[in-house]
Amino acid sequence: MSFLLTCPHCGVREVTDFGYGGEVTKRPTGSPDRRELNTYNYFRRNVAGVQREWWYHRSGCRAWFIAERDTTTNEVHKTEAVG
Amino acid sequence: MRDLLRRRRMWRRRPELKRSYDVVIIGAGSHGLATAYYLRRHGITDVAILDRSYIGSGAAGRNTTILRSNYKTPEGARFYDASVRLYEGLGAELDFNLLFSRRGHLTLAHSDRALAVMANRAEVNRLEGIDSRLIGPDRVAELAPTMYVGPDTTYPIMGALHHPPGGIIRHDAVVWGLARGADEGGAEIHPHTEVTGLRREGDRITAVETGRGTVAAGTVLNCTAGWSTLLCDMAGVRLPITTHILQACVTEPVKPFLDVVVVSSQMHVYISQSDRGEFVMGSEIEPWTTYRMQNTLNFLQDLTRHTLELFPQLERARLLRAWAGLCDISPDYSPILGRTEVENFHVSAGWGTYGFKAAPIVGRTLAELVATGRTPELIAPFALERFHTDELVSELAAAAVSH
Repeated sequence: MSFLLTCPHCGVREVTDFGYGGEVTKRPTGSPDRRELNTYNYFRRNVAGVQREWWYHRSGCRAWFIAERDTTTNEVHKTEAVG
Repeated sequence: MRDLLRRRRMWRRRPELKRSYDVVIIGAGSHGLATAYYLRRHGITDVAILDRSYIGSGAAGRNTTILRSNYKTPEGARFYDASVRLYEGLGAELDFNLLFSRRGHLTLAHSDRALAVMANRAEVNRLEGIDSRLIGPDRVAELAPTMYVGPDTTYPIMGALHHPPGGIIRHDAVVWGLARGADEGGAEIHPHTEVTGLRREGDRITAVETGRGTVAAGTVLNCTAGWSTLLCDMAGVRLPITTHILQACVTEPVKPFLDVVVVSSQMHVYISQSDRGEFVMGSEIEPWTTYRMQNTLNFLQDLTRHTLELFPQLERARLLRAWAGLCDISPDYSPILGRTEVENFHVSAGWGTYGFKAAPIVGRTLAELVATGRTPELIAPFALERFHTDELVSELAAAAVSH
């Protein structure tokens, strides 16, 4: 089955309501060299377990938020608004 | 007669793991088994293939069995063409019927943009000596006379990329045939043997830790596709990969009425009729990452709706099975093949939705890398290092829709 996400603004919706923004990554600071920049652009942790990730409520409030989801079960532990 | 009915094992059961092997291959799917099979040619037979589950339990047993080589980049087209050519002779070589059916492959165009991209692909393909051409709607109707091509569809058919060498092959038979070939050469197949850790000393992996004990290894190959990141983590190697599910389903058998493979990028479907009469259909990956292999309802809704637009005859057909498999998607939709920063640890990863069709050439080239220590020219463009040197091989146009 697919799963449900709780939008911090609109409440519980089906996953098809949302756009997926990928795992939360740490932006390089200062002036990164090419290796650091490409690592940031392309390389991912791709964890099997709880992952902090970006979602976008495409068919709702159109806000970005963060969810914690277990990628081995698709269970969403929590969602939180940003900014 | 008795001999005909005698039960024969395709490969030997190996009760014990040895203390050490020249080569340890992690993942007994089509890539791992093919590599063991081709290592035989180089006289390398002290090989163990380990799998967490039964052989062919991952993507090798979950794909939609389609072979083709009409890719967008010269590097990709050349590589997959070598694979399709190996597949052509593989049944005879393995002395095992792989039910290869070279029936032709149609990628439908529903827009001017799609036609333009396909024209480009046909040119790239022909320069590589691959039979691939753009055809009009009339020819599409001739090649697939039972497909509904009427103008009153959601996405009218404006043409197609026709690829006559494309076809389907029995995926389980490929796994079994390669396993038998590898076993005959002396390689040991160890199913239900999960790798739990990799011991790294400096730039080398010295041993592989498994649920059945630790084995020393000369060379370690990671052929675990969807799980590649997790195995590379154990070696301290990072990958530019995310894991997603791809889903497919199959109908009950019906009379044969489709003898080409039909793909529509816009409708996110690829359809073929198996030799048993079943319609095998696949769709697009889910956008979110997951390691959970379970179907979604929106997949079934979208896939069946689009399939029925093309084949309304299937309206009353019942689905026998639906399933999901893991796909390791790379940023440029091309594989990551060969060396890593760890000297004796190589990968076959980033296979997204196109790994099965590459199995024989992956086996042959990885075996060559292990035997000679040199990266074969055919796979040099797919090195992991390309993500640091900005030399991506973009197959977005030809591979992003999964078939």
